[in-house]
Amino acid sequence: MHREFLMGNEAMAVGALVAGVNVVAGYPGTPSTEVLETVAKRRGEGVYVEWSVNEKAALEVAAGAAYAGTRTLVTMKQVGLNVASDPLMSLSYIGVKGGMVVLVADDPGPISSQTEQDTRTFAAYAKLPVLDPSTPSEAYAMMGEAFELSEELGCPVIVRPTTRVDHGYEDVEVADPEDWRVNEPEGFVRDPSRWVIFPALSVRAHAAIEKRDAELAKRLSGYARNDVTQTAGPDARPRLAIATHGISATYVAENLSEKDDVRVLRIATPYPFPEDLAAEFLDGLDEVLCVEELDPVIERALIATCGRRGINVRIRGKLTGDIQPSGENTVESVGTALDRFLGRGEACELAPGGSSPRAVSQAEGRECLSTEKNPPAPPTLPIRPPVLCAGCPHRASFYAVKKAMRGRKTLFCGDIGCYTLGNAKPLDMVDTCLCMGAGINIAQGVTHVEPDTAAFAFVGDSTFFASGITGVVNAFYNQANMTLVVLDNSTTAMTGHQPHPGTGRTMMGQVVEKVSIERVLRAIGLTVVETVDPLDHELAVETVRRVADEPGVKAIIFRSPCVVLAKPQTRSTVDAKKCVGCQRCVRELGCPALVPDATTGKVRIDAAQCTGCTLCEQICPTNAISGGERL
Amino acid sequence: MSTNVILAGVGGQGAVLASKLLARAAMGRGLPVKTAETIGMAQRGGSVFSHVRMGEGAHSPLVGRGRADAIVAFEPAEAVRQLPFLRPDGMVVTSDAPVVPVSAATGGPAYDLPAIMSYLRERVGEKNLVVVEAAAATDALGTARAMNVVLLGAAARAGALGPVTVDDLVSAVHASVKPAFVDLDLAALMIQGDSPFVSSKSQ
Repeated sequence: MHREFLMGNEAMAVGALVAGVNVVAGYPGTPSTEVLETVAKRRGEGVYVEWSVNEKAALEVAAGAAYAGTRTLVTMKQVGLNVASDPLMSLSYIGVKGGMVVLVADDPGPISSQTEQDTRTFAAYAKLPVLDPSTPSEAYAMMGEAFELSEELGCPVIVRPTTRVDHGYEDVEVADPEDWRVNEPEGFVRDPSRWVIFPALSVRAHAAIEKRDAELAKRLSGYARNDVTQTAGPDARPRLAIATHGISATYVAENLSEKDDVRVLRIATPYPFPEDLAAEFLDGLDEVLCVEELDPVIERALIATCGRRGINVRIRGKLTGDIQPSGENTVESVGTALDRFLGRGEACELAPGGSSPRAVSQAEGRECLSTEKNPPAPPTLPIRPPVLCAGCPHRASFYAVKKAMRGRKTLFCGDIGCYTLGNAKPLDMVDTCLCMGAGINIAQGVTHVEPDTAAFAFVGDSTFFASGITGVVNAFYNQANMTLVVLDNSTTAMTGHQPHPGTGRTMMGQVVEKVSIERVLRAIGLTVVETVDPLDHELAVETVRRVADEPGVKAIIFRSPCVVLAKPQTRSTVDAKKCVGCQRCVRELGCPALVPDATTGKVRIDAAQCTGCTLCEQICPTNAISGGERL
Repeated sequence: MSTNVILAGVGGQGAVLASKLLARAAMGRGLPVKTAETIGMAQRGGSVFSHVRMGEGAHSPLVGRGRADAIVAFEPAEAVRQLPFLRPDGMVVTSDAPVVPVSAATGGPAYDLPAIMSYLRERVGEKNLVVVEAAAATDALGTARAMNVVLLGAAARAGALGPVTVDDLVSAVHASVKPAFVDLDLAALMIQGDSPFVSSKSQ
């Protein structure tokens, strides 16, 4: 054993490797991405790893490998589980032979996701056991336990960390590589009665699953990570208690001391719920506060426990308004809720706008910065919404379409990726964004109602492969009239530059034949497919004008590499003598490298950010900017 | 008791790398460490932070409001943004160089540097505030790339990092920084607190 400073996601990857995982597949998505990347970095020879084209493909690859008796891991974020849900729901009935862990990272807040869905709820819906870690160290250990449980039960097991566990770092004690488990899978054994899903099989499987989960719930009451503790020691007889889970359990711990007399239940297996343990926990209590993020899963389970067993304890939490119903918990939001629940001192309330704590909590260590009644308000701070990087080719693509279509009735459907940031002013080029690949058929749908709208769907290269292609087939075959714009920067940029089928390299390090976006589109039947460098501004605008007026589904592929990867070395500079301070570049492009001087109004270029993309050079009315060079 | 430090800045300024360096320095002292940070979309020019908790007694990777012992900011407005996390009598070590966002030029709130600096002086107090003159440090190093490390060094010298010393940071640089950047980071750590580059009375 040795100690390492690991991110939660790294710890889970190492935990899977220690448990002898052989096949790992996933699709990138914050906050889950680093798990698979760490596996790729640290894997031994017998481990296969891939970034799949999407989560459904990843889950199916892993299912096949698990049918053949090997240990497999699938990684995704919570919305990825929606994509993978079709195979997962059926796989729950079919089961696996080798251990299979489905790692789904939830994102309370949400911080970088479309939804605040709770995979604990999904696990109950799919009737699959789910483990909910509180810390990176625990997440590391849970991976091995999840593989054991999966193999024993013959079904996938979900491990569900949340963002603060995924991206929190901790010094973790990990096993040395020579102690990692080595598996010798049996291989796939042909047996249609086991591997081919039919209603007759599902009738049997469903009954077996219900029986299994009822028995498992009893067993999990003895699982060491489902635990009951008391702040005032084992002999105290508290009347109040907290039920919690995951990262919230650490926030609860931050806010309790031995001076409080409470019992704490921590649930690591929200499904199947360990009801026997919960009933013991409830014994002798008056009230329980459930401190949860996302859905009130434990709260509902405790209410059900009380009802079923005739236990007279009041269960409070999200459903009673004692815990915020949505959003991320914090150390202080939990502290405030505990202060109220336990009747401790005065809550440390936040001043309007949440900018400065006002009153002082009596609880130890919870003084706020100011003891003044009305501390001075802070000055207005600049707002920093995330923006496209300086030199990002997406800026040029959006600007070309905007300029080409000025004065026309248009619709700009966006999609998931860095280019969602094209919504920001001054570009303001994203009218819709729903989920991966959705923009294409949303554009089609709007044109059925508004045939006179020039509809555009912007999709990134990775998103195109993930779930854009079927949308193009649908739009083309059903005679839609729209322009597909593929923003091809030859990487999956938003999540940290993962390879995809258009990049020509795999996660195993092979250099392979790229899948050509042009050839895919032509094979579908599109006749107008034009590829252009968006940083060649005039040509880009001219191409958009021409292509948009063609009938049917037509495509423009804006191809220029992500500047974070390509690292262009040239820089543009402004000739202050020629700059008249019109700030057209700033107003039209919103590039973070363009900095207007507060007094003269003239523009300066921040050399630390500029990539010399030349877009501002091409639109400056006085030709005051020069020095860049297009890649 | 744990020492709790918040590193704050703008995406791209190296808050994540600085928090790793600080964590390794603390681990070099044999302390348990927990950290939490911003990853994902917010990194693209947004406000970013890292929470670093060193020593026994930390449960959560996040520091609660009013409980941070120090804020180390790579950008002055971001120091103000994190100020509600500072405990009474806590320290702030900040760069004096503003990063003006696009929004300030396209209709968003203007960047009022004098107001931000005077608010920091008033709320934190002269004795607990260290302002690093970024331009001078950049001139000395020939690049702005190591400002995150300059700030860590200044914070260690000011006693803002609890038990972690400049020597601990030097060891962490040797142990964890890519060879090509070791010399730069070591030079950044050596920028002295009593030199003209660092003072609490600038602006």
